[in-house]
Amino acid sequence: MRIAPDRIEAAAKELYLRALKELPPDIKRGFAVLAANETGATARAVLGTMIENIAVAERTDNLLCQDTGIPIYNVTIGRGVEVDGPALKAAIRSGCERATREYPLRSSIVHPLTRTNQHTSCGIGVPVIGLDFSDAFDGLRIEMIPKGSGSENNSWLKMAIPADGVDAIKTFVVDCVLAAGGRTCPPTIVGVGVGGTADLCVHLAKIAATRPLLSRCADADGAALEAELSGAVNLLGVGPQGLGGDATAFAVHVELAATHITMNPVAVNMQCHSARRASAVLTADGVLFGF
Amino acid sequence: MRALTVNDTVTLRGTLYGIRDATQIAMFDGGRSTRFDLRGHAVIHTAPNVRQVEPSPAHPAGYAPVCVGTTTSMRMERFTRPLLAQCGVRLVIGKGGLGEASLAAFREFGGAYLAIIGGTAALETTWIEAIEAVDLDDLNPESLWRFRVRGFGPLRVAMDSRGGSLYDVVNADARARRAAALVALGVRTPP
Repeated sequence: MRIAPDRIEAAAKELYLRALKELPPDIKRGFAVLAANETGATARAVLGTMIENIAVAERTDNLLCQDTGIPIYNVTIGRGVEVDGPALKAAIRSGCERATREYPLRSSIVHPLTRTNQHTSCGIGVPVIGLDFSDAFDGLRIEMIPKGSGSENNSWLKMAIPADGVDAIKTFVVDCVLAAGGRTCPPTIVGVGVGGTADLCVHLAKIAATRPLLSRCADADGAALEAELSGAVNLLGVGPQGLGGDATAFAVHVELAATHITMNPVAVNMQCHSARRASAVLTADGVLFGF
Repeated sequence: MRALTVNDTVTLRGTLYGIRDATQIAMFDGGRSTRFDLRGHAVIHTAPNVRQVEPSPAHPAGYAPVCVGTTTSMRMERFTRPLLAQCGVRLVIGKGGLGEASLAAFREFGGAYLAIIGGTAALETTWIEAIEAVDLDDLNPESLWRFRVRGFGPLRVAMDSRGGSLYDVVNADARARRAAALVALGVRTPP
């Protein structure tokens, strides 16, 4: 099937707005679990305000958070799709720009040296567009993530060495959560990348941070590590907004890649409590929006 | 402001100024001045989503608020002192807290930091009555905004003029728990 660029552009525009307005159901359930288990009075009140905000955003058809983020579009090309690659990228960029101008959204994107804002949410290399392929479905899937800066500013990479072992990975994650404190808008999803090259390791951390709650690392050892880390970081008492409490993180997610015999890289990227994402699957028949 | 103590709650009404990284870089590093008199006022760390409209009594600055939220304060740590000393600001509203230099400034000038819940901008927007005026608008969205607010809160006093900081208490407690977390993870020799 051929999917026309104007349909991709319309979906890219719609996805940005949808992502900014409604949290995915797994995140809403995550809030309910944290609130039910929270023992701190301040933390319960903070979580209550966050949950109220989700309802207010839906009731008033408003954005959940003022931070329109760095727009990320992850495109997965499924079976039977013919795509004009450059046209696809141009259509996504155009959809992102139209959402910003027409809604209007705050453009949070500036040139990194001149700090000039084109008020389009676009710039050199932004929106970030990821491309992958899958034989699991027919059609074209686009996932949109407006990645907030409060959490993105708390990102780390450590090129540990093999002699430091898994202990170095665990210690690094705990220390990153401590260093972030309340600045990442906790409760967070702590994304951990393990292995690969330096850049792949950081990318894995981003994939981990933006994965749905209750999803598991495909690797059994990685899944065991994320379960262990999820318990440990919630012993720290940082709490929602760094004001103290049990609910420091919804979860720790781990993504793995093989690495070099001399290397033991670990990266941390965090997703704030406004863990926004939206997706669309385009087929010959139409478009199906979801999370 | 000197009466405010950590864990008190405050709800604001009236004038509130919005400032951000670029606003303060321009003012305190770039030497730009504002026509607004900030003395005795509260500022909030924000860069709102706005819609340009025809100026009217409801939207005197020609901007309608779309979504007004709060950003992480710590990036603006070094501007707290000049905000208080040069501009006469007495309340800073933000998320995630400020550091030692801000705490010292709050003590010296009689100021406080009010914690708003970050990421709850849809709710926060319902507390904004209007954007009354705007200055340094070439920095948009990091302009200097003058909001009129009602029922803005409750906000928690997280740093006060007596050296109290909720963040210091929580961070010290969290660091004290580090060893227990590493033991739970089976880390053999915590470095």
